[in-house]
Amino acid sequence: MTTRREFLVASLSSMAAGNAIAQLPPNIAALRQAALEEAIRKVVGDAQVRPGKVKLDLPPLIDNGNTVPLSVTVDSPMTEADHVKAIHLFTEKNPQPFVMSAHLGPRAGRARLSTRARIADTGKVIAIAQLSDGSYWSDTVSVVVTLSACLEDGLI
Amino acid sequence: MARVVVNVPADAKRGEVIEIRTLAGHVMESGFRRTERGVLIPRDIITRFVCTYNGVEIFSAELYPAMAANPLISFTTVATESGALEFKWTGDNGYAVTESAKISVA
Repeated sequence: MTTRREFLVASLSSMAAGNAIAQLPPNIAALRQAALEEAIRKVVGDAQVRPGKVKLDLPPLIDNGNTVPLSVTVDSPMTEADHVKAIHLFTEKNPQPFVMSAHLGPRAGRARLSTRARIADTGKVIAIAQLSDGSYWSDTVSVVVTLSACLEDGLI
Repeated sequence: MARVVVNVPADAKRGEVIEIRTLAGHVMESGFRRTERGVLIPRDIITRFVCTYNGVEIFSAELYPAMAANPLISFTTVATESGALEFKWTGDNGYAVTESAKISVA
């Protein structure tokens, strides 16, 4: 004979199991985050990315995600011994995290780059600079996008 | 046909850092959009940009669908000697455009 207590425990645990199944369908936010991390790993490898030195400049509130002006400045003397080798730009919410990879060298004189990107949704934009000594530095800016770059479906 | 615009100062002092601005007329179709009938529009973007200064590569970039249409790229270089800057954009569907600009360095 089932006691009231046993019945309650059994029914609650079966409900919990049902909830777990209901949550299994893809968690888009987590998938995007994984895609972003994978993209950064692809560029950076096993090296550690430290915040600092890089200044990513873009408007915090974006009316039109189709054309977002942004500029990256890296604090570097740009000499033969100490210069920026590459600047990589990523977005968190685009179907593909890569925006641009730029390669420069001591002949640039200044480590400064500006361009225009598409940003699909409110989220983070990340700039990573690779220095000639092999270290990586980054800057992250959170932006709010009101009109997203054309994406109706297939986010991620 | 493909149109590009580059903006390089015509003359500069030796050792001066000059800013170069480039713009390529291109739709940069991302490959993630659909037509009103739901058919995916194939990707058509510029994938690579290279700038050389008297034959020496000074700047290059890989572009992805997240670049805005008519990609603008602006960067700097040190004016070392008089000569020519060559710009080259290449991309999907055989897209290839070159442009050059002269600079005289005093």
